[in-house]
Amino acid sequence: MNLYKYAAPATFYPLAASLWPWFAGIAAVLAMAGLYMGFFVAPTDFQQGEVYRVIFIHVPAAWMGMFIYLVMAGYGVMALAFNTRLSAMMMQALAPTGAMFTALALWTGALWGKPTWGTYWVWDARMTSTLILLFLYIGFMALNNAIEDRRRADKASALLAIVGSINIPIIYFSVKWWNTLHQGMSVSPTSESKMASIMLWAMLTMTLACWMYSIAVALVRVRAIIAEREAGADWLQGSKL
Amino acid sequence: MNWAEFFSMGGRGFYVWGSFGVFALAIVIEVVLLRQRVRRAAAGSGEGQS
Repeated sequence: MNLYKYAAPATFYPLAASLWPWFAGIAAVLAMAGLYMGFFVAPTDFQQGEVYRVIFIHVPAAWMGMFIYLVMAGYGVMALAFNTRLSAMMMQALAPTGAMFTALALWTGALWGKPTWGTYWVWDARMTSTLILLFLYIGFMALNNAIEDRRRADKASALLAIVGSINIPIIYFSVKWWNTLHQGMSVSPTSESKMASIMLWAMLTMTLACWMYSIAVALVRVRAIIAEREAGADWLQGSKL
Repeated sequence: MNWAEFFSMGGRGFYVWGSFGVFALAIVIEVVLLRQRVRRAAAGSGEGQS
């Protein structure tokens, strides 16, 4: 199979249509399973009581916010290096979902912070850098909308995505590099988890659900973007969204 | 565990459901907006306008 063939919008368009329902379906099943584990199987936390259950969406949202930005930057590299139209479109397709997850990470974090730390917000390194991430997403979308010329808009936003990705390791390691009110890493690739395993599994299941959801949404959105940009192209006539 | 107890979340219901509720709402809004965009794009491409 020639994978490069799918880098063309005309071939990716129908492929995305056949793929997204699968990702959406898996996302729904995983979300059900994750919520069930998170609310009915995972026990009450001995320190925080019930409010810790916010973790089951807070951490997935924060991870997705960071991860989607990295994927966007990756597409940005491809868009600049190979000048592929689909990479630029994927970048645009991911940005709103990444912004949404980042905003949700901040929102759920604030609601979790109030009862556990006594405040909705402090300007500590983790929270401030996450807020900057949200501004980067918003800036990315605004920049793309502000430039009339399609190719220039793609180039400029690709550059912003790449340069902005420097913020991701800053967010990730902020709890190590600075003294933050935000707690340190409960889960890291290099050390054993500090969470009870059922809590960890519920959180990972929710993360995977968010991941599948993001892929489904990005596939649908990239189809809309293809249709918007290639409006009038011969191959698009007669094909249905 | 009864349902009233479940929804009170040990007195922290506001924070827990405020988080999960807004999360769910955000996803609903994104899906609705996306469907509108898909419809608009489909209408646009069908008529051959940019």
